[in-house]
Amino acid sequence: MEEKIISIEKLVKRFPVGKTEFVALNNLSASFVRGEFAGLVGPSGSGKTTLLNIIGSLDTPSEGEVHVLDKSISLLSHKQSAKLRNRHIGFIFQTYNLLPVYTVYENVEFALLLQKLSGPERKKAVMDALEWVGLTDKIKSKPSMLSGGECQRVAIARSMVKRPEIVLADEPTANLDSKNSHHILQTMKKLNRELKTTFIFATHDEKVMQYLDRIISLEDGKVVKDELIKNSKNQ
Amino acid sequence: MLAIKLAFKNLLGAGLRTWLNVTVLSFAFVLMIFYNGMIDGWNRQSRKDTQAWETGEGQFWQPEYDRYDPYTIQDSHGAMSEEIQSEIAKKNLVPVLIAQATAYPQGRMQGVTLKGIDPDQTILKLPTKALSKTNDSDYAMIGKRMATSLKMDVGDRLLIRWRDKNGTFDAREIEIISVFKCDVPSVDKGQIFLRLEVLQEMMGMENEATLLVAGENFKHRDFKNWVFRDQDFLLADMDKIIQAKKAGGTIIQALLLIIALIAIFDTQVLSIFRRQKEIGTYIALGLTRSQLVGIFTVEGGAHSILAALLGAVYGIPLFLWINKVGISMNYTQGMDIDLPIGEAIYPYYSLQLITISIILVVISATIVSYLPARKISKMKPTDALRGKLQ
Repeated sequence: MEEKIISIEKLVKRFPVGKTEFVALNNLSASFVRGEFAGLVGPSGSGKTTLLNIIGSLDTPSEGEVHVLDKSISLLSHKQSAKLRNRHIGFIFQTYNLLPVYTVYENVEFALLLQKLSGPERKKAVMDALEWVGLTDKIKSKPSMLSGGECQRVAIARSMVKRPEIVLADEPTANLDSKNSHHILQTMKKLNRELKTTFIFATHDEKVMQYLDRIISLEDGKVVKDELIKNSKNQ
Repeated sequence: MLAIKLAFKNLLGAGLRTWLNVTVLSFAFVLMIFYNGMIDGWNRQSRKDTQAWETGEGQFWQPEYDRYDPYTIQDSHGAMSEEIQSEIAKKNLVPVLIAQATAYPQGRMQGVTLKGIDPDQTILKLPTKALSKTNDSDYAMIGKRMATSLKMDVGDRLLIRWRDKNGTFDAREIEIISVFKCDVPSVDKGQIFLRLEVLQEMMGMENEATLLVAGENFKHRDFKNWVFRDQDFLLADMDKIIQAKKAGGTIIQALLLIIALIAIFDTQVLSIFRRQKEIGTYIALGLTRSQLVGIFTVEGGAHSILAALLGAVYGIPLFLWINKVGISMNYTQGMDIDLPIGEAIYPYYSLQLITISIILVVISATIVSYLPARKISKMKPTDALRGKLQ
């Protein structure tokens, strides 16, 4: 039986806009199992990023319940949220969000600094992660010296180095050309298969959709379609 | 440890902005240490000179004697016992008799203090040997300040008038046999030095003195009818003046420090505004808000560590050079300054001074860094990631 690691029940998220409220997620329910390669698709403002942020415990629901790895996001303290993100969730952003003053190695290592790993253990984990994304020859480079594709590969390595159960990727290919996008997606797909990591994307990029095993279509904060894709790329 | 490592990494990565702040702060550091070092050096020098020229290792005073009250001088004289005479003979004590008089340089009238001292004394730095050149009672020596004040020089003659112990006025013309240079104004200003026995004879106070100056080899004991005044008592007023000068200088140092701290504060505020995405990323990577506040606080505070290092790079050679050549105080010669002041001041940098300065700057820099960093704890991670905060 497949292990459910994320469950969302009647999730509502409202944002104040002046004196009124904007409903970003409206009574949304869904669940994800371990090892899924799923995507949230939909037009801008449909609630994709908001949902990712709540799953990643960067934001909290206005109503409803979100459980991630059996933890209710609404009930987590700041410290517990931070711990959840540090241990179990990796993030990949559209703009890479690499730390500019750190080298590739240090950017990837950063995610491990909060975990009590020995120096050699940390080094091995970082080198493994950089090997997954094919960047072992760039460990001393700063982000400013890398191409967009390489930056995103560093971001993937950073999100994967702690071997999280879940990786949340918000428009990871939006700033990349077609070749780099495919390279990135193939890398993520490979990691998904090998490490059984659950990947959830927020995207409206057709290239990403070709790789997804499941597509959840959102519109006005609601799930309008939830379909499994049998013949996705690299399956 | 993580905060320190990250803070220094971020700080060095920030480039020119960091170095500008660090440079201004290092100026504050160096100036603070230099100024306090100069005052401490001056203080040490003043104490040393006053001790060498005037106070010795302490003094025995006649009970009525008050150096700031001229009316007490007339009655402040007492006989020196055999016990005291024995210490004087062993050069452990030097007796000084003090009397009030009026001098008439070029027909003008000026109040002066006559001091009778043993010409063979070795306890004080006063060049009293000049008085032993002749047995003639007409000879006296004065300091440069007094010479300027009287408009007199070696070889000039001066009429003085005094009242002896019976209240009888007498007068005599004396010749200035020596004009000595001395950094201690209280030894020099308004004072005329005579041989002890000459003044005793003039006053009708044979074998009497007003005070006894103790030398290094004097083993302390009490003498009947004499009150011992130690170094702390004798130098208390000078210490107060120096402390007041130090306090005045603190205002300048505080201003410079405040400018440097405002620069750090400004950098921190801007930094937190400009680096919202970075802050959001840290949060996404699992840093708690308190850890983030810690990183940014340490980052600001670390300016002061870098400033101390930079200050050391140019400050140490500068201080060593100044210590070698001294700070010339020639321009003060002839000025009416009440504190002992030599031709040059040699600053004194104690470990305590350096440690206190470093601690003060580090704590101040950390506090001004913490204040804007607190804003991070109120940031919503999602807004920070989007760089949405204003």
